[in-house]
Amino acid sequence: MTEKLLEIKDLHVMYRTDDDEIFALNGVNLSVEKGRTIGLVGETGAGKTTTALSIMRLLPDKVGIIRRGEIYLEGRNLGSLTESDMRLLRGNDVSMIFQDPMTSLNPIHTVGDQIGEVVKLHYPDLKAESVEVKVDEMMEMVGIPAERKIEYPHQFSGGMKQRIVIAIALACNPKLLLADEPTTALDVTIQAQVLKMMNELKEKFHTSMILITHDLGVVAQICDSVAIMYAGEIIEHGTVEDVFEGERHHPYTIGLFGSIPDMTKKTDRLNPIEGLMPDPSTVPPGCRFVDRCPHRMDVCSTVSPEIIIRDTHQIKCHLFSKSGEALRSTDKNHERGAAS
Amino acid sequence: MTNSYTTAGTNGFGEKNKPSAAARIHQYKKKSQVKTIWLRLKKNRLAMFGLVVFMVMMVVVLSADLFLSYEDQALSQNLSQRFRSPSREHLLGTDQFGRDLLARVIYGGRISLFVGLATICVSLTAGSIIGASAAYYGGKTDNILMRIMDVFLAVPNTLMAITLVAALGTSIFNLILAMGISQTPRMSRIVRSSVLSIIGQDYIEAARACGTSDKRIIFRHILPNAMGPILVQVTQTVARSVITIASLSFIGLGISEPTPEWGSMLSEAKGQLRYHPFLAIAPGVAIVMSVMSLTLLGDGLRDAMDPRLKN
Amino acid sequence: MLKYIGKRLLMIFPVILGVTFLIFTVMNFTPGDPAIMILGEGATPDQYAALREEMGLNDPFFVRYFRYVTDALTGDFGRSYRTNLPVFQEIATRIPYTLNLAVTSTLIAIIIGIPIGVLSAVKQYTITDNVALGTSLLLTSMPAFWFAMMLILLFSLKLRILPSLGADSWRHFILPAVATSANTLASLLRMTRSTMLEVIRQDYIRTARAKGAKESRVIFGHALRNALLPVVTIIGVNFGIALGGTIVVEQVFALPGLGQLMINAIRSKDTPMVIAAVLFAAIIASVINLIVDIVYAYIDPRLKSKYVTVKARKATT
Repeated sequence: MTEKLLEIKDLHVMYRTDDDEIFALNGVNLSVEKGRTIGLVGETGAGKTTTALSIMRLLPDKVGIIRRGEIYLEGRNLGSLTESDMRLLRGNDVSMIFQDPMTSLNPIHTVGDQIGEVVKLHYPDLKAESVEVKVDEMMEMVGIPAERKIEYPHQFSGGMKQRIVIAIALACNPKLLLADEPTTALDVTIQAQVLKMMNELKEKFHTSMILITHDLGVVAQICDSVAIMYAGEIIEHGTVEDVFEGERHHPYTIGLFGSIPDMTKKTDRLNPIEGLMPDPSTVPPGCRFVDRCPHRMDVCSTVSPEIIIRDTHQIKCHLFSKSGEALRSTDKNHERGAAS
Repeated sequence: MTNSYTTAGTNGFGEKNKPSAAARIHQYKKKSQVKTIWLRLKKNRLAMFGLVVFMVMMVVVLSADLFLSYEDQALSQNLSQRFRSPSREHLLGTDQFGRDLLARVIYGGRISLFVGLATICVSLTAGSIIGASAAYYGGKTDNILMRIMDVFLAVPNTLMAITLVAALGTSIFNLILAMGISQTPRMSRIVRSSVLSIIGQDYIEAARACGTSDKRIIFRHILPNAMGPILVQVTQTVARSVITIASLSFIGLGISEPTPEWGSMLSEAKGQLRYHPFLAIAPGVAIVMSVMSLTLLGDGLRDAMDPRLKN
Repeated sequence: MLKYIGKRLLMIFPVILGVTFLIFTVMNFTPGDPAIMILGEGATPDQYAALREEMGLNDPFFVRYFRYVTDALTGDFGRSYRTNLPVFQEIATRIPYTLNLAVTSTLIAIIIGIPIGVLSAVKQYTITDNVALGTSLLLTSMPAFWFAMMLILLFSLKLRILPSLGADSWRHFILPAVATSANTLASLLRMTRSTMLEVIRQDYIRTARAKGAKESRVIFGHALRNALLPVVTIIGVNFGIALGGTIVVEQVFALPGLGQLMINAIRSKDTPMVIAAVLFAAIIASVINLIVDIVYAYIDPRLKSKYVTVKARKATT
């Protein structure tokens, strides 16, 4: 039941352009269990999409490079697969849906053809009628009348387009679904609809999901566990209860939660986290959050923190190592940190 | 470009002198805009190559009288020296009338250059007036003007030029007029679309709100800012003029003998193609060089002005 | 769809009418007295006057224009000042050559230019790409007639495998067509390359790859069809340019087409011939543009859906 479907070990990814080298991922460790949903949370530029693209091996050709680390899907090392093996997995065992539904669909193919395409790619021996049956089935499942399969993407609204994208992603019943901010580009009301639908489908097919988002509310709604990314690393990871309610947190996590405007309280100012993410073209020693952390200690600038594990909850921070604990108890500011 | 208002304290533009600060920012912005474009252009090696080649050609052509004699070398015939191969005396050899080929090519360049520039003045002026008016006044004016331009554009470009030359005659003035008119419709379209994109911006509203006259708005605010894409079009049009003049002269409707002109030189060379092919190669290469350098320059300008990075 | 075609057809007529007015006005300025041209130098002033009266040359401008248009609608484009034969006949015999040349050169440009544009885009920044771009630059920088002369130099004079004059066999059309195609080829190559580059960066291409499609299917099944849409629209424009190019190329190869006719007419101040020749060229260019627009409406689903929805609704079970 708690078998690992996906395991990412020490993943380092770099983008190399003519002018720059960008270190996008610096040692990401992540695992997803069968049938579970994990939320991947973080600011823009933290490396969430890069992680997902690395799993699909869809990093931009020649520009995106996996320098170190392995990704295992059901025990298979994805790095050792040939491109044609990888193609058998894409859309079939692992699917990905992207952020902007307006541009994710090909404007000159009917939506029926686009759903049918993924079916035909992975079940080439299927008869044409059976493919159509499946297309109809998927469309009904995402709440779009099957007669509309002959229409073109521009004839649908944003929310419906995203549902079609989801239909395409789930058509071959993948084991893992990577959803990159699937509702960010939609109206709030449509957001709720689409999320609900994703949740139901996920339950129905026992699909595991990595949901990339920067919206903590969405995470609370449908995720089982949460991983918080910062500057190419996962700095906190645990069940939703661990991260939302627990007592110990990475200072960044505290900042994230503290920055959510609270409708019940009356304040004059919002609470952003001071500063910006560090320049991704360098990899300094030590913790990457050190410049913005209200609890920084000397060791944070020089030594990269270890991952401290307590049951299901992992935090990558010196504060929680044995020496850190000692220092922390003497620190008056405690967990209130940046939140006023 | 950073907006100095928001980064408080960094530039010293305080709350006090808002109007003049705005004016200074506007000036500062405009100057560095040109400079930025120039810097970007400099990085483009092909464009710089085009610019250099074109400049060199211009210099050679304009200073020709310093080291060549028009009468002696380009015009006067010397039948004892016909069809000489390249030698120290005649670097490119001589043509069927014993005239130095290199001199004729260089003086031919002068004509092409002159006619090309004159033509672009005509079409740029006419096109700007028509295009800017259409864009600025919009509505019926726009419609009528553009329909008229459509009629002109329905006739293929070269045909239009030929027809106008047929009606007006082949003096250089008429040639410039004919070519200028045939280029005007396309130019007016470019100006119109460039102006339309600027008109949507707020500072035009502001100028109108403080009572600036229409004419002043067009000439002092709109046109200077629309210059970018127009400049690119200018290089392309001059390049095409070179070919059009040569084509017209080739079929006998442009510059006529004995004035050296690349097209008419090629027309004569055609008859000699079998035994003296070089007479056809030299002027052609000159045409290709001018057009290529202008095209490279134009492409480079276009890329330099486009804020999107190429990759 | 018929509605769209009808609408577009309707739009052509005012433009063509405008062209007749434009050409008529322009040619009105031509110096020279047609009466003298027809009768020659030796006739008496009375004879000239009588001829002018008969030809209606003394009528006001607009009367003459109106007469011309109404005659033209019945197929009477006047008589040549030079030969006194009906203009329409001469043009009708010449048009096939010019049309042939323009169409063939456009086809050559499409068949060579577009695939190389695709190749260039897919292999961006490689040697293939640079060679293609360099060749394209060269082709646009050459006047068509010079290219023609160079082709003659190589294939007719040095290699002796293709003829350089006349229009007797299909072989006579090869060099002229190639020469005329240069500009359009370069244009289509560059346009295809740039639209492909843009399309390849689109999100839906990423979606196609995420489905597990092979790269060849991504390029040809997804990217290309989208990239070709804008390219189709410029084929129409380029046809007009090619038509202009044929005029000069016909001179080089002594092809008896519309261009030669026009040039001779201009030289001999044969106004009715010039007017008719230009008019026909403009009509052909407009018709081709219309055809291109219709084809485009058919292949772009965004337009097609506007006009073909009735059929679609009926196709439901």
